[in-house]
Amino acid sequence: MQCVVTGGNVKVLGKAIHCLSRIGDELYVEPQEDGLALRSVNSSRSAYACFLFAPLFFSRYSIPKELSFRCKMAIKSVQTVFRSLATLEKSVEKCHISLDEQKDRLTFTLHCKHGLLKTHNLSYQDSESLEAVFDKDSCANVLRAQPRVLVDTVAHFPTSLEEVTVTVNDERMWVRNYVEDESERSKVMLTELCLAADEFDQFAIKAHNSITFCLKEFRGLLLFAESTGLPVSMYLDEPGSPVVLSVTDSVLEGNFVLATLSDDRSPPKSNRGADAEQPQPSDDFMNDDMDSYLIAMDTSIAPGPSTSDLPAPPVAASRKLPAPNNRSRRHSEEEEEEDGEEDLERPPDKKFRSLFFGSVLPSSPLMSTQPVTTQEVLASDSEDETEAE
Amino acid sequence: MPLSTISQSQDEQYVLLAILDNARNLSNILKAITCKDHAIFTATANGLKVTVEDSKCMQANAFIQADVFQEFTLKEDLVVFQINLTVLLDCLNIFGGNTAAGVSTALRLCYRGYGHPLTLFLEEGGVVTVCKINTQEPEEPIDFEFSSSDVTNKVILQSESLKEAFSELDMTSEVLQITMSPSQPYFRLSTFGNSGNAHYDYPKDSDMMELFQCNKTQTNRYKMSLLKPSTKALAISCKVSVRTDSRGVLSLQYLVRNDDGQICFVEYFCCPDEEVEEE
Repeated sequence: MQCVVTGGNVKVLGKAIHCLSRIGDELYVEPQEDGLALRSVNSSRSAYACFLFAPLFFSRYSIPKELSFRCKMAIKSVQTVFRSLATLEKSVEKCHISLDEQKDRLTFTLHCKHGLLKTHNLSYQDSESLEAVFDKDSCANVLRAQPRVLVDTVAHFPTSLEEVTVTVNDERMWVRNYVEDESERSKVMLTELCLAADEFDQFAIKAHNSITFCLKEFRGLLLFAESTGLPVSMYLDEPGSPVVLSVTDSVLEGNFVLATLSDDRSPPKSNRGADAEQPQPSDDFMNDDMDSYLIAMDTSIAPGPSTSDLPAPPVAASRKLPAPNNRSRRHSEEEEEEDGEEDLERPPDKKFRSLFFGSVLPSSPLMSTQPVTTQEVLASDSEDETEAE
Repeated sequence: MPLSTISQSQDEQYVLLAILDNARNLSNILKAITCKDHAIFTATANGLKVTVEDSKCMQANAFIQADVFQEFTLKEDLVVFQINLTVLLDCLNIFGGNTAAGVSTALRLCYRGYGHPLTLFLEEGGVVTVCKINTQEPEEPIDFEFSSSDVTNKVILQSESLKEAFSELDMTSEVLQITMSPSQPYFRLSTFGNSGNAHYDYPKDSDMMELFQCNKTQTNRYKMSLLKPSTKALAISCKVSVRTDSRGVLSLQYLVRNDDGQICFVEYFCCPDEEVEEE
């Protein structure tokens, strides 16, 4: 693998890494035919981000034809390479990314002004592919705005605020701070901003929905969008389905998929969109390593190894896991009720539905062949209760 | 000058008397060598040398020439005492170390000799503070026996280019490896951390390289914990000279320009960590 990034694109790449570092601790790198994919997911699997840099983004992009390679690495170490965005812009002329498979190192070489050469040989782990299953096109509502509009909007909320609620109708979008506990509403400051439809480049509303999601990751994307000047599109649906935020231009695409709070009051509905066309998991999805196929799994239903610490399967060739559609909403509702009192002590993201991940499986014949029975329940409303205790 | 109102007759008792219009010229350079509490002050007719040591492997020296001071009187050929540097710095900044233009703390530094405290008269805006800091039995500073005739490799760089590297150093690496060579990679800083290794290469023809005199390829490792404090000196310096001798002992000399445009030096010596086999 050989990628060369030059000029201002080095800074864009650096920004994307910084942006991903707000999501999770690990960076998943996957050179694909259609570009270099950089992804990250948070520990509770409620936020996922992916940047795809098209081959044209690079002044040179060559990946091994035969061998598919993917890896994950500590995002902190990659951040070190792009530590200071200011100096990146000032001094870096060229960034060379190459893979040394003999030494198992991913090498970032920065060619700087005055002939200074910075070489970072970073270790990596083989990993499964990380891909959230989402379908922007099936979302009922699509909004697109210049980054400035949204940056100015979120600027009114304190950095300590965890979540915001976004409500849309045919003419307007409201953003307000989310207050978890209704009884506290009278004690806290409530902030609400209203944006008229004409502030947006696109404002297509089919359903009047109100969703709540984490602000931190949203801010992360806005930072990127602002520095690159790219408009931000928001794809939002009913409460409980993820909101997708994306930035696109001709050579790059960034998608942030954030879980939204589910609305317990609404009656269980059948799932829609991507989840509706659910291919049955086929028999070869099997493996004794849970991590390789269930990135977001509900351990309260299928207690299993923790999803984060397992070594990645050694074999990388694979296929994608289809999206599950069983969200077991009834089950989660019961769970929510049972654990009502604990809610206060839990971190806020616990109530988020984890995202559904399609993942890639080792297809090695050496793998165990027992069928996986818990396949359908990939996620629930909260993190593992047993783990929390 | 309120400081001058202090009786001149008292001055005669002092073996060392130094007057500085701007105490920051002293405190800035002392800050650059604070890695341990205790510092040895050596005053000669040339000026003041302040020495700090760590682990018997590293030594930092700050040289403040006599002409940096408005007055520098020495009654003996050599005056040596040891003092708590942190306390001294706190005293020098007792008025808050205001950096606003036109406001400066005037300093009168007096020492009566062995067994006496170091007395500081600090004046800012008509307010005088008198600080007395007990001195300690001076330790014998280590002689690194670094002789300029035994220098194997030497480069002089503009500090700008090293600042960037030092600010980005992977602190999970226990050592900083310095390679100097008459051929590629010329001058290389390397770290070996948890997430991999990193190399910073400076070509010998870089604009940042003012002097390149390397006779023999040398690769030495130095404890990061010992070298990291030198970043403080680097930060205020404009040029740095990196030298190694045949034993691999590292000398870093920083040229520091103070607020009044005068030049001071900070020098670090550091012993190499271990022998490194050439790859």
